Amino acid sequence: MGDKSQSSAEMLKGTLDMMILRTLVTGDAHGHTIAKVIERTSEDVLEVEQGSLYPALHRLEDRGWVSSHWGASENNRKAKFYRLTAAGRKQLVRESNRWRQMTRAIGLVMGEQAIGEEAIADGGAR
Amino acid sequence: MSWFRFFHRRRSDAELQQEIDVYLAEETAENIARGVKPEEARRQARVKLGNPRSVRETLWQQNTVSLLDTLGRDLKFATRTLTRTPGFSLIAIAVMALCIGATTSLFTVVRSVLLRPLPFRDPSRLVMVYEHFRDARSNAEGFNYNAVAPADFFDWRAKTHGFQDMAVSRRCQFDLTGERGELPEAVGAGAGSWNLFPLLGVPAAIGRTFTESEDRLDGTSVMLTWSLFERRFAGDASIVGRQIHLDGKPYTVVGVLPKSFTWPEAKMQVWVPYLSGLPPDLLPHHDYHFSLVVARLRPDVSLASALSQVGAVQYRLHMQNLHAPVAEDVAPRNLNDDLARNVKKPLLLLMCAVACMLLIGCLDVANLLVARGAARQKEVAIRGALGARRLTLIRAQLTESLLICLAGGAGGVLLSLAATQWLSSAWKELPSAAGIHVDGVVLGFACAVVFAAALLAGLLPAISSTSKAVFASLQASSRTTSGSLSRATMRKTLLTVEIAVTVVLLIGAGLLLRSFVRLRGADVGCVTDHVLTLDYSLPEKEYGSPQKVNAFNEALLAKLRALPGVRAVALGTVLPGEGNGGDDVFTIKEHPALKPGELLPEALIRGADPGYFSALQIPLLKGRFFTSDDRLERAKKVVISSALARQYFPGEDPLGRTLHVPARKDADFEIVGVVGDTLWQVGKPVLPTMYFPMLDGALEQGGSLAIRTDSDPLAISIPVQKQIASLDPQLVVSNVQTMERAIGDSLGNARFSASLVLIFAGLSLLLASVGLYGVLSYLMTQRTTELGVRMALGAQREQVLRLILFDGLRPAILGLALGSAASAGFTQLIRSMLYDTRPLDPAVYAAVTFTLLMVATLACMIPAWRASRLDPMQALRAE
Repeated sequence: MGDKSQSSAEMLKGTLDMMILRTLVTGDAHGHTIAKVIERTSEDVLEVEQGSLYPALHRLEDRGWVSSHWGASENNRKAKFYRLTAAGRKQLVRESNRWRQMTRAIGLVMGEQAIGEEAIADGGAR
Repeated sequence: MSWFRFFHRRRSDAELQQEIDVYLAEETAENIARGVKPEEARRQARVKLGNPRSVRETLWQQNTVSLLDTLGRDLKFATRTLTRTPGFSLIAIAVMALCIGATTSLFTVVRSVLLRPLPFRDPSRLVMVYEHFRDARSNAEGFNYNAVAPADFFDWRAKTHGFQDMAVSRRCQFDLTGERGELPEAVGAGAGSWNLFPLLGVPAAIGRTFTESEDRLDGTSVMLTWSLFERRFAGDASIVGRQIHLDGKPYTVVGVLPKSFTWPEAKMQVWVPYLSGLPPDLLPHHDYHFSLVVARLRPDVSLASALSQVGAVQYRLHMQNLHAPVAEDVAPRNLNDDLARNVKKPLLLLMCAVACMLLIGCLDVANLLVARGAARQKEVAIRGALGARRLTLIRAQLTESLLICLAGGAGGVLLSLAATQWLSSAWKELPSAAGIHVDGVVLGFACAVVFAAALLAGLLPAISSTSKAVFASLQASSRTTSGSLSRATMRKTLLTVEIAVTVVLLIGAGLLLRSFVRLRGADVGCVTDHVLTLDYSLPEKEYGSPQKVNAFNEALLAKLRALPGVRAVALGTVLPGEGNGGDDVFTIKEHPALKPGELLPEALIRGADPGYFSALQIPLLKGRFFTSDDRLERAKKVVISSALARQYFPGEDPLGRTLHVPARKDADFEIVGVVGDTLWQVGKPVLPTMYFPMLDGALEQGGSLAIRTDSDPLAISIPVQKQIASLDPQLVVSNVQTMERAIGDSLGNARFSASLVLIFAGLSLLLASVGLYGVLSYLMTQRTTELGVRMALGAQREQVLRLILFDGLRPAILGLALGSAASAGFTQLIRSMLYDTRPLDPAVYAAVTFTLLMVATLACMIPAWRASRLDPMQALRAE
């Protein structure tokens, strides 16, 4: 089923999954709310594409990280609510740790000159 | 991907649709709350969402198990294509059903008879041990496996230690008389040493098996087989411990054998201990071969070393009895082969024939698929152009052939159930010990055949019809005249192979048929039509003296000869064509003593009443027949067959010479006559035969009657049995049938192999001709335009006819040549199954060539004739 061209999308998908899980920490939510919350909290930098939101939600559900149930939305519409499971919580911790390491590493690479020089000097001293 | 979601894709799609709807509604509501007009709010919401269909498609894909999905799609597609051309589909399915059915039923029989272990404990360690004569003459006649003399067996068992144990058995027959006035019947019986059942690992179902102390000359224990126990004693277990009467003597039932035990044949219905009832004077002899020895190997000793010990003992026995027929060596045979000794070759031959037919069937279906592939060339090309991968295209086509084979396989298995049942009941020679029925392995085999056939029939056309060249058909103009030359070549190659295999089958069938006709027509040496035969036996208790036996026999003969419609009656011990019946060694008193190492002469023995030869029309060559005066003490006379005279009295008048026969009370017999040879079994070489007077009063305990009649011999069978009953109502009469039937039954193997191979060959010929017709029709359609041009340019109809005809006949003739050449090799393998027929019989080859050419011409004629009827204008305008 896999296609090679998806490999770059794979990483984005990973972050989307993580953000969805993070959103659900504050409580159950349906698709629209999840998208809204991500967009608002990212100060509208991130725009969640519906084309990937729903497949992502279903994927998370398959893996047992979220569960779903039908409930009434704020406007009293029958909507599918997603809830973070215990496994999902653990996964979120793993993901956020990985994310923090990643951003730090990227930050190191992309950071100020000084850090870089320090590192070089360090290497020379040994 | 989740299995649950895969099978609930529709539901989750609906759910998703609802989620999307909620999303749109929420977004719209939010937009309206921001003060956007409802119309605009809805539009913005939609813009933000993007294409809902693509979301659904993504998710649908995500929930799909792709292999199953494509398989499902392929199946759906293939079913649709097949139902669109029901004619083609039905023919292809019928062909496959026939081929797979025939293969499966043959395999069922082969597996049951040759492969499946017998229902014994650890049957792979069991082996039959026979005496084995090394001299070339014995081996030439196929006497490699000689029954064992009891004295030999006792020496083997006592003096060797290579086997865990050895047991011995022999065949016998009893008259089972009723305790409460039930009808008496003749039952086949086995006599087995006390250790036979423990050695085989067969415990008694009820009661026990024999004990060592019961295995003695006057032993009177008996075991019943399950079938007799159920049939005659209504499955009443209280029979164990009671007495039954065999040949008028009381025997105590000690046990009942389990239902699975029908070894060595179902005919044997009771078992007695080996020694029970055995004439004591037989025991010390090393040349009375009538027993079967079965041995169980020790786990730590190889068969070869165990046998070499037995062989050494046997060689010593041979050296001690140089003049007597005591074998030099021993030979092993596994139990399955031992039971199937007569049918193994025919079965393997039939298996080969049926495999050939299966191959032809596959090639035929492949051919039909190639033809369809041609018609669907454009479709394949378009699908390819639209991005279908080649593997996808091949898979789609394979699915089609798989569907055909699956449907055919289902039909075939049903067909084989019926065919197997018929075969196992009609083919009497098939051993029944293992039981012939379809089991899991057979079904597995059928499945394997189905998939192999699907692959064979589907792969070739699929590969050829999806090759890159196919895409050229999109560019090609409609006026291509030599559109798919390579495909035509492939079809012709397939066809040539098909015809070559058919020819091999036809020639094999022809040879077997000719051999069978020769067997049927074989001169038995006596009259066989309008002859009724039957056996009766005289219980020793009531007929204990020679006078009593003679009185009964003569009274019976007088009564029967007086019956209206009876022309003549012969009474003997064994009738011509009805088996070996035993042989004895003899010496000729007037001849010098034998040189050391020379074997004693040997001849079949028969009893004959004075009317025997004239009733059976066996010609008198010299001297005289017996007279009613050759009786009792005056019966020391012998009539010899022409073969005996030729072999042992070359250039000498045998009349008046004396034969000394140790086995007949060590007496001398004067040769009074020489008669023509008769066959003891049709298809086997003539053996020297000695006839002794039936009226010598020897306690033969019965005889065989041959009654020659004016009209239908079976019509007289009831009056004859009434006459016997009027003399003694307790007598058991058996094997009432016409002589032709009795001889015909002995040819069962030849009849079955000849007729089945002929059927397979006929079907193959039909399949090949259908293939030929199909290929040619297809080629003609391909060349319609070309033919139109030719005719427009002035080609005559006859020329077109000839053109197409030869086009079709070329693969036929090539296949014929290849097949004939291959047959010359293959038929050498069935040489031993042929009677009086050479493997290169020119008549058979000529007949096959003629038949094949006729059928091929007929198959080609129809498309050729159609081609010659083409209207050139229409042909040119076509497409």
